[in-house]
Amino acid sequence: MTAVMPPGTATAAAAAPVPPAPTRPVLARDWRRLARMAAVGAVAQIFIALSNMPVRLDERVVVKPVLSLGYLTLLIVPFAAGHRVGHQIKREGTPVHAAGAHEVAGGAACGALAAGGLSLLAVLLANFDLREPLVNWSPMLAELLAFGNSTSFAVVIWLLIGAAVGASGGLMRLLGPRTRRAAVTIAITVAGVAVMEPLVVDLAEGMGLEALTDRLYARRGGLEWVSALVLAAVAGILAVLGRGRLREARNRIAVQEGAKRTRTNFGLILLTGAALVILPLFAGKLTNELLANVGLFVLLALGLNIVVGLAGILDLGYVAFFAVGSYTAAVLTAATSPRIHPEMPWLVALIFVVVITGLVGLFIGAPVIRMRGDYLAIVTLGFGEIIRLLFLSDWLSGTFGGSQGITKIPGAGIFGLTSVAGTDPRRVFYLVLAFCAIAIYVSWRLERSRLGRAWMAVREDETVAEAMGINTVNVKLLAFVVGAILGSFSGAIFSAKVGSVFPNSFLILVSIVILVVVIFGGMGSIVGVIAGSAVLIGVLGGPKQPGLLAEFSEFKLLIYGALLIWMMLARPEGLIPSVRRSRELHQEEMAQDAWLKGQVEDDTANGDTATAPAT
Amino acid sequence: MLRTGRPRRRTSRTGVDWFLTFLRVALLTLVIVGLLAFIWQEIDTDNPFARWANPDATGLTGAQFRGLIVSGVAQGCMYGLIALGYSMVYGVLGFINFAHGEVFMVGAMTGMITSNKLADAGLWESNFIGSLVFIVVVSMIVCTLTAVVMERVAYRPLRGSPRLIPLITSIGVSFFIQNASIVLLGPAAKAYPDVPDWVKDKHTFMQIEGARILVVVVAAVSMAVLWYLVEHTKGGKAMRAVAEDAEIAALMGINVNRTIVRVFAVGGAMAGLAGILWGILFRSVIHTTGFLPGIKAFSAAVVGGIGHLGGAMAGGITIGVAESVGPLLILEPLGVSGVSQLRDAVAFAVLIGVLLLRPAGIFGERLPAEDRT
Amino acid sequence: MTATTASAVTRPLLETRKLSVDFGGLHALDQLDLEVHEGEIVSVIGPNGAGKTTLFNAITATVALSDGDICFEGASLLGLDPNRVTARGIARTFQNVRLFANMTVLENVMVSQHCRTRQHAFGALFYTPSFRREEAEIRERAEKILSFFGSRLMGYRFDQPAFTLSYANRRRLEIARAMATQPKLILLDEPVAGMNPVESAELTGLIGRLRDEWGFAIVVIEHHMDVVREVSDRVVVLDHGTKIAEGDYEEVSNDPTVIEAYLGHGTETT
Repeated sequence: MTAVMPPGTATAAAAAPVPPAPTRPVLARDWRRLARMAAVGAVAQIFIALSNMPVRLDERVVVKPVLSLGYLTLLIVPFAAGHRVGHQIKREGTPVHAAGAHEVAGGAACGALAAGGLSLLAVLLANFDLREPLVNWSPMLAELLAFGNSTSFAVVIWLLIGAAVGASGGLMRLLGPRTRRAAVTIAITVAGVAVMEPLVVDLAEGMGLEALTDRLYARRGGLEWVSALVLAAVAGILAVLGRGRLREARNRIAVQEGAKRTRTNFGLILLTGAALVILPLFAGKLTNELLANVGLFVLLALGLNIVVGLAGILDLGYVAFFAVGSYTAAVLTAATSPRIHPEMPWLVALIFVVVITGLVGLFIGAPVIRMRGDYLAIVTLGFGEIIRLLFLSDWLSGTFGGSQGITKIPGAGIFGLTSVAGTDPRRVFYLVLAFCAIAIYVSWRLERSRLGRAWMAVREDETVAEAMGINTVNVKLLAFVVGAILGSFSGAIFSAKVGSVFPNSFLILVSIVILVVVIFGGMGSIVGVIAGSAVLIGVLGGPKQPGLLAEFSEFKLLIYGALLIWMMLARPEGLIPSVRRSRELHQEEMAQDAWLKGQVEDDTANGDTATAPAT
Repeated sequence: MLRTGRPRRRTSRTGVDWFLTFLRVALLTLVIVGLLAFIWQEIDTDNPFARWANPDATGLTGAQFRGLIVSGVAQGCMYGLIALGYSMVYGVLGFINFAHGEVFMVGAMTGMITSNKLADAGLWESNFIGSLVFIVVVSMIVCTLTAVVMERVAYRPLRGSPRLIPLITSIGVSFFIQNASIVLLGPAAKAYPDVPDWVKDKHTFMQIEGARILVVVVAAVSMAVLWYLVEHTKGGKAMRAVAEDAEIAALMGINVNRTIVRVFAVGGAMAGLAGILWGILFRSVIHTTGFLPGIKAFSAAVVGGIGHLGGAMAGGITIGVAESVGPLLILEPLGVSGVSQLRDAVAFAVLIGVLLLRPAGIFGERLPAEDRT
Repeated sequence: MTATTASAVTRPLLETRKLSVDFGGLHALDQLDLEVHEGEIVSVIGPNGAGKTTLFNAITATVALSDGDICFEGASLLGLDPNRVTARGIARTFQNVRLFANMTVLENVMVSQHCRTRQHAFGALFYTPSFRREEAEIRERAEKILSFFGSRLMGYRFDQPAFTLSYANRRRLEIARAMATQPKLILLDEPVAGMNPVESAELTGLIGRLRDEWGFAIVVIEHHMDVVREVSDRVVVLDHGTKIAEGDYEEVSNDPTVIEAYLGHGTETT
């Protein structure tokens, strides 16, 4: 992929200054494309409106008087449709045409039609009552769509807004790559600062910079429009000045080899680690809570990453190990545990947690490990559900408390020095950080060992791996158990943090969320998985934990679902892919690149050299 | 087919093999001991084992037992109808369409909405059979569309990618549809309108509720129709050809894309039908309605042997009866309390058990050529 | 059957007795007896569908036997998992090259040493000296094996994913991978299929060197008669799962049953 970049950017740069390449004539298929995009956009628009997202998110202001998150959700679709409609499919042999006025016109038309969905909806809202099945069919929505005016106003205004936004989407195609990058940077910065408001405020308080945040944000949330402009200007200037310096630096590191590379990596890791240790000291409760939640999911995701990313086993019942870890820790440490209550110190209990989860991992793993990949997925899901049902059942409620769960679990005591409980999220975060460090180290070391290579081989081709002398069953089982143990750490911390465990904290959907995190970040990539948790859990929130956009909590699972589909279709290797995974998914393209670079040689080229030194 | 990879006589057994053998034996022993305990309890309620294992156990009367079987069969027929979709898609494309259970949920939801509208108009009471046919048709159409759109948007672009990719995508689709139902229709359970007495009440014939008879009859009829379609029409032959080998089928002039769409459409229609049957049986539907029946239906497809139409039905009934009878028949005599909570666990245990004892299912599987080894 | 070579006195390295494999009524292999001695290169030829690849699959335990026995170094291989067979000392290549396409060339060879190395999770986690030593050995051995093929799998190519290799190099890497399992017997399934005459001649030489320098016994399935003539000490002809002829190349190529089985193809190339 990266190798395609040079020729692509080169032609784009060449096309921009001197003779403008001829713009492409509008073809019949472009009209069809426009109609299709517009129809899809309109449906999406109506869906978003009826999902109540705009009404619910209207309270969250992004830029003070102008824009709320609710309206933002309604603008995304026309923008995307307007941008997308001008997309030229680049095929070998077809000339790349310069974007022209009709990209903008097409974008405007497409955007208008997509937003026209809202116009239609406004009319329908005024004339029909479908409140019966559709819970959000409300006058509130009508009012929001009409900006408080009449229905006809709503019809016109949305067509206009759609056209404008769609046109700006199309306009993006006219910009040179550098300007476009700057525009994207500005948009991301403003949106990011607005979204991270609670975090920024919290941090600023910790560092005594309230004056700054007071100026930045409006009193009841959202950026002041002045500060938004200032922010945009600063971001724009930085983007123009920076001009790919970051990328250059990254490339410089990427080409380093051997010991130098190791040193750079080590330095980077040390720097990140130090930042993570220092950051919570300045942060308030809210930030630390968030960090702790993200950390818990990083831990879970790292565990699942070993199973899914390295060994290629799709485990949908991963939550079972989280549950077993939590319950074991709870039973062993809590005085209120119904039957067995040894009240062990947390660290001692942790040893039992590891042993028990390891055994459960073996127990679940052994029957499933020989199954075909997809059967395995469903059966592990079944096991995950069975384990939850057992914790929930009256049968075992004597030990696990049934639906009442186990409450009043003491915090995690560390050598009698401190006790880590949910009341102090900072300590929880440090504890989580320590375990994350362990998990990262384990993943990193195992990946680069005989075992890691065997996992890869099994993932690539199980039959051949076995023919090459790898005991696939044992190797996969080991991955399963290692993943299970890492998940149980998370569980043990979770029970100490929350102070109680209930069966319905361990629904299958937790498994799915962890899977989304791993896939979003990039299967098999440690950095990717961490980034994935930070973005998803941090911003949207976990299954039960609120994220920065707390208003999104109703919609986050919907978004997770959509994200999973979209990632698989558009970027299956994830946000920050592991080198190997992206190879796997883009084999053909990469082979072509290699061929272009002349790295695939003809066999005749050095056919003789082989026999020469042989004798 | 799953295990062609291994010599039949195994002398070298690893730890895992011993463990698996142990599990198989343990599972069978559990079932047999549970059954024997049940029989003993039926003969003599005061036998020492029953008092030792579960002092409160009362055993079952003949009528209770029959009731459980009947409700199991009715539910099983529904699973069977859903399982057809899993089985056909797996047979043709070689991946589990995890979201198929959600199509079923969409069917139940559509039925709920339409029937309530009909009830508002007064048609539901005045012409129940007509209304029922109407909601079945509407639901089948909606589900067919859902399934076809799903295929077009999410699965077609992924054809030919590593086999876990479409599975993961289908998990995303399932998640999306479930949550779309929450945000559009609300998170609360929604009720079907009241049904006539002859559906609700037990009939003189075997003391079975009308709804259950209805379910079994409808399932049997649609099964027969589907069997005819697949075995004796041109489209059905195309489906079987694509299931056998898509590439060769394409070379023989079969439109593979259209055939695959057709497979999804038929599966969707069956799920829509099953959704209505669910509505008639339980008269309540919620966004999670599709999840567990979906998984169980997939288990049914596996139990019957993936790729077999009749197998899907047989598997469905097996799972239905097992989860309805299993807890009381096997677990309760063994002293497990609150067994009805473990229904779902039993259904999963059946799946695991079948995969342990006979991985190819009861009737053996029929898979696309490249998935056989 | 009664080999007249001197090594017949000693026990054969590989011996199949009445080997039979059925695929639902079709006898892919029918009562096949075959011997391979140490340091011997045996070619297995026969028309398509004669059961040649099935023979390899049966030996490496990827297909179920319906009857018969396979002995390697005097001990039966029956009931072993494929990985245990490899650990006993039988390695193979695949007819339709099956590399670990996304692993690098070096990794492909390193991972194939799995059954000859011991270090487990513990060593990797604590980075023990023995772990480091073993890793170094694995790498060294991998490089040595790759150098056997001249310069074409060396240098920058170590770190290239296997799928970027040319077809002939993939075949070579498959052989390297088989060598890395440190076998006593290598089963080569059509090693020169799809190669041009120059490459195929070169690989023929390599097969000879595999025996002479590394001491492997080799069984080759091959359709190219010039390769068969060049490398084999003994030729076994299969048809419909049974052995119809055995002997040196000249004997076999003049055998009327063989010519009949091939419908004249066998003589064409001589």
